[in-house]
Amino acid sequence: MRIEELFRAEHGRILATLIRLLGDFDAAEEALQEAFATALEQWPAAGPPANPVPWLVSTARHKAIDRLRRRAFLARKQEEIARHLELSAPLSADEEEAPVPEDRLRLIFTCCHPALATEAQVALTLRTLGGLSTEEIAHAFLVSAPTMAQRLVRAKGKIRDARIPYEVPSTDALAERLQAVMAVVYLVFNEGYTASFGARLVRHDLCDQAIRLGRMLVELLPAHAEPQGLLALMLLHDARRASRLDGSGDIVLLEEQDRTRWDRAQIEEGAALVEAALRAGGRPPGPYALQAAIAAVHAQAPTAAATDWREIAALYRVLARVHPTPVVELNRAVAVAMSGAMERGLALVDALDRRGELAGYHLLPTAKAELLRRLGRHAEAAESYGRALALVGNEAERRHLEKRLREIAS
Amino acid sequence: MRYMLLIYKEEPLWDAMSEQEQDALVDQAVAFSEGLRERGVYLAGDRLQPTSTATTVRMKQGQTLITDGPFAETKEQLAGYNLIEAANLDEAIAAAARNPLVRMGGLSIEIRPIREARPLR
Repeated sequence: MRIEELFRAEHGRILATLIRLLGDFDAAEEALQEAFATALEQWPAAGPPANPVPWLVSTARHKAIDRLRRRAFLARKQEEIARHLELSAPLSADEEEAPVPEDRLRLIFTCCHPALATEAQVALTLRTLGGLSTEEIAHAFLVSAPTMAQRLVRAKGKIRDARIPYEVPSTDALAERLQAVMAVVYLVFNEGYTASFGARLVRHDLCDQAIRLGRMLVELLPAHAEPQGLLALMLLHDARRASRLDGSGDIVLLEEQDRTRWDRAQIEEGAALVEAALRAGGRPPGPYALQAAIAAVHAQAPTAAATDWREIAALYRVLARVHPTPVVELNRAVAVAMSGAMERGLALVDALDRRGELAGYHLLPTAKAELLRRLGRHAEAAESYGRALALVGNEAERRHLEKRLREIAS
Repeated sequence: MRYMLLIYKEEPLWDAMSEQEQDALVDQAVAFSEGLRERGVYLAGDRLQPTSTATTVRMKQGQTLITDGPFAETKEQLAGYNLIEAANLDEAIAAAARNPLVRMGGLSIEIRPIREARPLR
């Protein structure tokens, strides 16, 4: 494996261990950069070591100790000297240098601590575990690089100054904290899958990052079912990515997508994970598992017409109990409509519309327009498409709505 | 490390409670603090009198300005504080979240680390 590929693949794992050993995010990052630089100097000539990852950890740790020793010597600061002594003491049995699986869990739970703002949680997770550069993260979330850099500095400062512990939460707190972690991973996926603003609809690298993080959670938390549900959901959505845009970059709706371009292996993997997540339950299934089950029904239908909408409507009914939100209600209404009860579905959408909770959400008037169009009520459909256009943010979705409006008008 | 827990409550909600309910809640909170004190977590704390007793001192254009009332008219007002010792933020959060007063509703507890003075050389 090329050195750069190894660095990218192992960045998160090594950094997580270094943060544990050195007790500081910045010190760990600096040390890791220095260790990489050393590896780039030495490995091409001498060949890589037998175990490159522990070598990098060990080298980084020694670089950090050296750096502290120099600063302590120059500044004669008590704190620095004490820290240098503490770090250079021989490692105890439970402080081994080789990365342990818990290190990445410690890192992601710390990055996603509720005391940090959500945008900081996302940035820190992508920077440390994803190995993305500050510029790459800034670009993904449409902020300037200095803004993103500041965000990261403040987040690390909060961790240090308020003493957010570098720990996996205790058992009673873990389920709740895991929700926050999964929310961040899913947020990254959604940002990649349906970019909120701008020209491109999908950013593959963010989806890939989210799926990597999802796999990590499944691997490291085998006793929990929801990470499996989350990974399944992401895999099933991602499996369709080749068919979501046409040649001109316009949206292709699910019902019109070329199913031969769907990634069957990924769908099978997702479907298997859904089964496992639903079986592991005993209590009501979690929202990710249920959403994944719905995605699996879509993905496994050989044609759009063969979609089992009644199954989907039934799953949405369960989801609405477990995770009652207006968006879930909207999706259930659409499923009811598509399962053969078009008028009833439309009535449910209208009721939601009147309640006003989805006032700024362009997918409500979009759904209404689509149902009205199917019923042949073109004038009303046109009005709804108009409402949707006033709310939509994404360019590809905007072009799609304009196309629909033109089709109806003619 | 020491943390300051600043306890903010919605005074109207408190005033709407009967004296019995108020006393019961205070008793529970005091018992809770005693438990924390025994474990070396609770260092100090006090309940403040209501904002109707507050006075604010400001400097404006070189002049000392004294006004009646709290420094800002917000829905939740400072009602008291706890000074605690905790190893990290999660322990501090636990000390705040398990306080019986939280059950009252309309209560917020801000957790701020103390800036510990550097030891003089």
